[in-house]
This record gives sequence, C-alpha cells and structure tokens, in this order.
Amino acid sequence: MGISNLKARYDRNFNTLSIEEQQKLGSSKVIIIGLGGLGGSVCEMLARTGVGHLTLIDGDVFEASNLNRQLLCQENLIGFPKAQAAKNRVNDINSQVKVRCYIEYVDESNLYDHIKDADVVMDCLDTIDTRFMLQKAAEKASIPIVSGAIAGVAGQVTTIFPQDKGYELIYGKKGRHQSTGVETKTGNMAHCALFVAALQSSECLKLLLDRGDLLRNKLLIAELWTNTFEIMDLV
Amino acid sequence: MINLCHILNHLNNSQSQKCKLKRMIKIDLKLFVTLSKYLPDNSEGLEIPDGTTVEKLIFDVGIPKELVKLIFINGKKQNDSYQLKDNDRVGLFPPVGGG
Repeated sequence: MGISNLKARYDRNFNTLSIEEQQKLGSSKVIIIGLGGLGGSVCEMLARTGVGHLTLIDGDVFEASNLNRQLLCQENLIGFPKAQAAKNRVNDINSQVKVRCYIEYVDESNLYDHIKDADVVMDCLDTIDTRFMLQKAAEKASIPIVSGAIAGVAGQVTTIFPQDKGYELIYGKKGRHQSTGVETKTGNMAHCALFVAALQSSECLKLLLDRGDLLRNKLLIAELWTNTFEIMDLV
Repeated sequence: MINLCHILNHLNNSQSQKCKLKRMIKIDLKLFVTLSKYLPDNSEGLEIPDGTTVEKLIFDVGIPKELVKLIFINGKKQNDSYQLKDNDRVGLFPPVGGG
C-alpha cells in the first residue's frame, strides 16, 4: 500500500503506531485457529489494525447457540461455515488483507502444514487436547502461540514460545487433563469473550512489532464478577 | 545436672512445638469460576493453623480436589504441597478451556 493510502486508512493508528510499524504489520502473517467467540473477534481486530496476511481455520458451522457471543454469527448465517464467514468479514473490512480460509478441523495430521509459514499462531480453540497438539506443531515450526481460554465471565491469556513448557504449566501433563474445562457448565458470555480476544490481539501485535511486555511464562487471569485481574507467574 | 538440663530442654522444645502447632495465621482466599460456591465466610483474613498445606486447605474448605487445576500463591504458581504462611494470597482456579 502506498504511504498516502496507508496514512488515510490507518490515520487513527498513528502515532500509537509509527508508519514503519504499520508497514511491518502489513507484511505480517497470522493464523487464527478456531473462529468462535475468541477467534471471530481476534480476526476482526487484526484485520482492522492492518495485519496483512490472515489464515483462518475452523471446520464448524454457525448454530443458534453461537448468537449470544460470536461476533461473526448472524441469524441469516446459521448453518454457514465459520471460516468462510470470517473471510467474507475480513474482505468487507479491509480488502487489502490477503486472507485464506480453510473449512476444516485441525489435528496432528494438518496442523504443522497450516502454521509453518506464519509469524504468530492464535489459539482460539475450544478443546484442551487440540491446544496440546497445536503447541507440538508450533514448537516444530518455531512459531509463538498466543492462547486464550474462557468460561462464563472468567478468562485467561498467555503467550507461548517454542521452547516454553506452555500448556503443561496450565493444564498439567499431556494426557492427564480433561479435554474440556468448566465452560461446559458455565457457558460463555459475550463481554468476556470479546475482552479475552482483545487481550490476545494485543499480545499478537506486540509479538509482531517486538514491542511492549509479553505474557510469556505468565498467565493473565480475569474474573469479571469480582473485577479480578491478575498476572500470575507460571515458572 | 546434665540429665536435668536435658529434661528441661526437652520440656522447652515440646512447649514451643505445641505453641507452633496452635499458632494461627491469616490468609486471603479467592476461588474462581465454579469453585466460588465453596468460598467460606471471612475468606479475606481466613484463619488457619500455621503450616497448613494447600492440599489440606482445599480439603478443609470442601472442594473436591480434582476440580482445582491451578494454585496461585502471591501471584506465583505453586503445587498443593505448599505450606501456607501468614498473609499469603491464595487463588484457586478450575480448568478453563472454552473458545
């Protein structure tokens, strides 16, 4: 994008970001895995901020129970693939973003190939097992993960580098954890999903710009009934 | 004389141990998400015996052990064998995995 176009579109990003940083975002590649309550909102924020290459993956389609919190879910899109809806939304927001979507679920057989060329992978998944699979693939590909998880009005965010212990510090040793957390009992509220997605987007931008403080080996925990916001040391 | 000193020392040690066992400390306890229903009254400044482990605290409060995934003491992750100290801030979290 030419400097004049860039200045107009991203006028309100300046001077929180410099022109050089904006250009850096434009050449950055982020993959978002899971396009529900977290992923849909992360997708929206990164596209608006100007991340130039987005890869969007989710095998699911929208259902009525998604309407309470998933930004991309609309009544007329029930039954529609989430990944395709996300791509359409990005195209509508920012046609300069190069976006690819894959309507498929991830597992050990396809994760590495999907993520290997990305600068950052956004973990917006909803099962703990798949998060461990993602960490294994990201370690092999030497790519950092920004992970978010929610239950009710509680959420947590962390950033995992390839050499870090990561999920083991949060969920226990691989294979000794449940595949889902207490969200199966609490459900998920819209304001909490968007809050955690915003924190994940912030971590992603800091990683891409090599700026600010990261939640590496730390877990940000929030609980919105009690206005609890704490950053815990995991090691 | 030596025997008497030995006996006196033994008595003193026993008394100090008894005092140590009886000493109470105060902690701040926070329980999150589905654990919050187990929160006792006076969770801020909760009185417990000195030397209580987190495992014992979880038992005493009545939380099924398997529901606790993360233990934070004063903002740092710990395991359930940690011995609680006066003024510790304790946070217990269940597994959270939704997206």
